[in-house]
Amino acid sequence: MRLERRAATPPALLFAAPLLAVAFTLAITSLLVAAADAPVGRAYALLLEGGFGSRFAITETLTRATPLIFTGLAAAVAFRAQLFNIGAEGQLYAGALAAVAVGGLHGGSGLGAPAWLLFPLMMMAAALAGALLLLGPALLKSRLGVDEVVTTLLLNFIVLLAVSAMLDGPMKDPSAMGWPQSVALQDSLQLSRLVERGRVHSGLPAVLVLAVALWALLKFTTLGFEIRAVGANPRAARFAGMPVGAVGVKAALLSGALAGLAGAVEVAGRTGYVTLDMSPGYGYSGIVIAMLAMLNPLGVVAAAVFVAGMLVGADSMSRAVTVPTYIADVIVAVALIAMLVATMFTQYRIRR
Amino acid sequence: MNETLELLLAAPFWAAVLRIATPLILGTLGVLLCERAGVLNLGIEGIMVAGAFAGWLAVYDGAALWSGVAVAALAGAAFGLLHGLLTVVLSLSQHVSGLGITLLATSLASYAYRVGFPKVDSPPTIQPFAPMAWLPVPVLNTQTPLTLLALLLVPAIGYLLYGTPLGLALRTVGENPAAAEGQGLSVARLRIGAVVAGSALMGVAGAFLTLAAFNAFYFNMVNGRGWVCVALVVFASWRPGKALLGALLFAFFDALQLRLQQSGNGVFGVELPYQAYLMLPYAMAIVALVVVARRAAYPQALMKAYRKGER
Repeated sequence: MRLERRAATPPALLFAAPLLAVAFTLAITSLLVAAADAPVGRAYALLLEGGFGSRFAITETLTRATPLIFTGLAAAVAFRAQLFNIGAEGQLYAGALAAVAVGGLHGGSGLGAPAWLLFPLMMMAAALAGALLLLGPALLKSRLGVDEVVTTLLLNFIVLLAVSAMLDGPMKDPSAMGWPQSVALQDSLQLSRLVERGRVHSGLPAVLVLAVALWALLKFTTLGFEIRAVGANPRAARFAGMPVGAVGVKAALLSGALAGLAGAVEVAGRTGYVTLDMSPGYGYSGIVIAMLAMLNPLGVVAAAVFVAGMLVGADSMSRAVTVPTYIADVIVAVALIAMLVATMFTQYRIRR
Repeated sequence: MNETLELLLAAPFWAAVLRIATPLILGTLGVLLCERAGVLNLGIEGIMVAGAFAGWLAVYDGAALWSGVAVAALAGAAFGLLHGLLTVVLSLSQHVSGLGITLLATSLASYAYRVGFPKVDSPPTIQPFAPMAWLPVPVLNTQTPLTLLALLLVPAIGYLLYGTPLGLALRTVGENPAAAEGQGLSVARLRIGAVVAGSALMGVAGAFLTLAAFNAFYFNMVNGRGWVCVALVVFASWRPGKALLGALLFAFFDALQLRLQQSGNGVFGVELPYQAYLMLPYAMAIVALVVVARRAAYPQALMKAYRKGER
């Protein structure tokens, strides 16, 4: 048995592949739900209802999806250039900390600048912090050939410890009664709410614009073409005269900046300050989301909403039936693997 | 400074080094087996979690400690088989499949733990491996049999890779799969076999945490150790002996930072936040990667899928 590349993909297959992947995922995870002694149909109904079934559910899902779109885009642009940035989690925290450093310290008066000046400064600081954090591993990769997967992964642990040290020390909120949290962001820098009685904030439309912009960048610009070319075949790209190293570094700066912004937007839109549990692994989930979206920025939006819906839905489902919330992570993991296999079969077929 | 020296020469310090090194030795050997055959296995972080959970659960349910180790190895092997099928048979990206395996194994272990123990405040405990007090070797007699197993596996895997036809075959599929195929070897079988065996070792590495180092299962107990193993293999130039050395070196820095933290004297009189000490081992791992980067001899076919008859 071997695999043979298809000359052309039948349109029916292109349509059926994701559906089969979803069906497979549901089949596998329903076994797990049954193993938890819960009624499978009711559990899934509650999951869907909790994630998408009401006005409240939808606003919560969109709130959760906002940082996930940022980190998903960060992973997508890096992976497109074959730069395996697994460090979005650390970059998110670096961005969050930078945002508070610009817009929160100094007794709540900021740098003494008006909000219209401080807000862009805050966002730029966050983007810069994330970008610089990924610049090191990207340069180490292009100059010395150090594997970026391991360096970015290890940096996550270092950054989280650094954030923890900052929250205990210079950036600690003195009024938090010993709780490790940073000083709060000024009120004038908080993002506005989009709807009444919902937490969804203006970070969402902003990231949607960014998703479209990134899609256009990859599709229509020279840099986008270079990123795709380097990602598809670095040797061929080098042969065609492209500066492969420089393209990788540019993709890294973009990716790190997006992940850094995720942190700033979480702080400005939702939490108001930095804590060590502000991200339940948004950086890692971003990788999965990018993969589910086949590295397409517009697909990232849909995949992020799906993952966020599962997370929010599982939270509310686990309150009603005896299914642990971890079912959401299992669903996402199985969906990822099923999607990868399904995508492969749209490009290859089995030959005896 | 004298105090620090005394501390470094004391037996308890080296006992701590060996204890910290054990899961790293097992995990690094596991990664080494996979990568020598040409397959990156980023599933290690999750496979260690699954091994830690499965081994602990088996013992909690009444199995003997060594049966728990076997169960952990089997759990690791199962995820290894999945990774092998995805990357070798279906030629999916090794990076992505590995991260998927980590996510799957971690979430399955967490889910199963919560299904089994929905409302526990403190994690249920087991009676872990006892130290080998009967052993007439100082330092080693403070360790559990799993540490001895890890140390013995180093020469064993060295012999397997460099002294047996199977080892030569494994290294060949990792360097030049087309040549291996020409010799009549099955690239797919060898690669899947290596990934399954390597993942079993990762499972045992995880089980060391629940069955020897601690006596219960905690959600974040692996805490990046798997990723460290991936770095250590590069540092070790894919050689078992150097892998042992790398694991001991990393454990040395980890034990050192713990002692420095406890001593409360700071470093050269400078007081640092405790997080700075915790960073040390991770930072050292990155430094080690950078130092060896120029002469890193990656297996030539690492991360390259092999399809029969395709060039």
